[in-house]
Amino acid sequence: MGNKVIETIGLSKYFFDPVKFQVLKEINMSIDHGEFVSIVGKSGCGKSTLLYLLSTMDTDYEGQLFIHEELITGKPDKELAQIRSENIGFVFQFHYLLSEYNVLKNVMLPGMKLGKYSQKEVEHRAMEHLKTLDMEDQALKMPNQLSGGQKQRVAIARALINDPLIIMGDEPTGNLDKKNSDLVFDIFKKLTQENNQTLLIVTHDIDFAKRTNRTITMEDGRIV
Amino acid sequence: MTNYKLILNIALHLLRARLKQTVVAAIGVTFGIAMFISLVSFMHGLNDMLDGLMLNRTPHILLYNEIKPTENQPISLSAQYKDNINFVNSIKPKDRGKSIYNGETIIRVLKEDSRIIDVAPKVTTPVFFNSGTIAISGVINGIDVLSEEKLFKISDYIIEGNLTDLMQNNSIIIGKGLADKMLLTTGDIIKITSSKGSLASLKIVGISQIGIAEIDDVASYTSLDTAQKILGEPTNYITDIQVKLFDMTSAPIVAKEFQSKFNVDTIDYQTTNSQFETGSSVRSIISYSVGVVLLIVAGFGIYNILNMMIYEKMDSIAILKATGFSGSDVKWIFVSLSLIIGLVGGLFGLLFGYIFSSIIDIIPFMTAALPTIKTYPISYNPLFYFIGITFALFTTAIAGLFPALKASRVDPVEIIRGK
Repeated sequence: MGNKVIETIGLSKYFFDPVKFQVLKEINMSIDHGEFVSIVGKSGCGKSTLLYLLSTMDTDYEGQLFIHEELITGKPDKELAQIRSENIGFVFQFHYLLSEYNVLKNVMLPGMKLGKYSQKEVEHRAMEHLKTLDMEDQALKMPNQLSGGQKQRVAIARALINDPLIIMGDEPTGNLDKKNSDLVFDIFKKLTQENNQTLLIVTHDIDFAKRTNRTITMEDGRIV
Repeated sequence: MTNYKLILNIALHLLRARLKQTVVAAIGVTFGIAMFISLVSFMHGLNDMLDGLMLNRTPHILLYNEIKPTENQPISLSAQYKDNINFVNSIKPKDRGKSIYNGETIIRVLKEDSRIIDVAPKVTTPVFFNSGTIAISGVINGIDVLSEEKLFKISDYIIEGNLTDLMQNNSIIIGKGLADKMLLTTGDIIKITSSKGSLASLKIVGISQIGIAEIDDVASYTSLDTAQKILGEPTNYITDIQVKLFDMTSAPIVAKEFQSKFNVDTIDYQTTNSQFETGSSVRSIISYSVGVVLLIVAGFGIYNILNMMIYEKMDSIAILKATGFSGSDVKWIFVSLSLIIGLVGGLFGLLFGYIFSSIIDIIPFMTAALPTIKTYPISYNPLFYFIGITFALFTTAIAGLFPALKASRVDPVEIIRGK
């Protein structure tokens, strides 16, 4: 088994609206297991676009994408959904918790979808993750009763529930104040150090990026 | 499939979050189905009643001698003029007598036929009822009391007296119109003159009312023997043989068969009552189309609510997709949402439909024309309820499908990046 979690070969992406415009230009990159990688760059350089290509949610691109050395490009929607479910955890700038479910259920949902463990087990694992994030006493609250930082921590717990190969973050600290972003960073750091968790975070926060293992800087659709 | 349980669970949670709108949507379906059920039940009750009015009194097949000229005039039998075109003027109908030839044998054969419920022989003859110096024209139906009762439930229409009293000699039951006109009641003696000029006195043992004035004004019933006696005919004199079949739709075919087999004229009930069938089917079409329209309106309500819900829940759809739910999973969430509304609304609709029908069923409906009907007629056919629930599910599934397909095509990247 190779050590590469994600690899791209000649990844290009075009926007067609309002005019044809190449956002990503022949991106070749790879991320190894256990790395804590950040992508930085100016607004509009294509860093988020790259992340969504890597996340398999955006399938409209040229080139090849490998996850765990398996070619992902061209797979149907159902398989991609399964791959995301098994391998990728997401943390976005906005928390995207379902307001109809309480915190615990929100964390459990992707686990229930994957169906690898029984409901009891998923619940137990969700509680474990909430515990490591110091959120176990909030487990039965509804998302609208939580603060921004707490919501983001729930979102991280949700990302962790299926033991993903990689956690992807799109400006996960973008909406948070200094204190809470430090908290989130510490959680990420702890995950890489203690669990050997692979992380790929898009950010424009240079301080945040500096503290990661590796920083990929992008400019005009290219890695520099 | 545990997956489906999860999808259902999500659908239920989405429903609960939007309980008020969901209830309104379900009430739309309930209303549509309830109206559909009560309308169709009522219409069919009415149809059945009117059918009963007509069909219960009409034989499925009637065997009789029609008054008509001989089909083959002598000249057409002649070989000499075979290739000529012959004009015969002033043809008169042939006098074959009204009696069915060999009637008793035909009845015996028919009674053994397994397709036939029963056979009732009848003698009909025009008569004059004499009241003082006035003669009122009318008809006497000489009936075989027991078979007539079995086939046509004639006792339903006897409003005074007993049908079985007809079995006594020289007794008669007269129509209400006749009785009113001649100021006669049960127990009186009525004098009649037959078409052959013979006189008879009969005792009135009952009064009948069918509800159709034309019939009640002229019709009367006696036993077969009495009618034969009035006419001075032997006991094998029968003018009509009435047949009821188990499968009444086969009447036209069977009628044709009997026509050639027994060499008599036959007529089936479809031919006699064709305008009636049309009325029934038009009423059914009206009630079904009203029901369908109501359900389509309810369907639009569901469509609207689901569409709104999808716009509201864009974020949730996006994150579900990001965390491993496929487009078809999302589609099923919304389709099940819609089906839940349809199922719950539909079941309540059936219940309310039943309640409404029961209420209509006890509303008094008295009319002189229909002596046997006391309340509005309702048909409780399970088929209506089956159609109702099927249609509820069908409409809601369709109404939910379009928003669901839209939801399944939501691009999570667009939603998430938009923030």
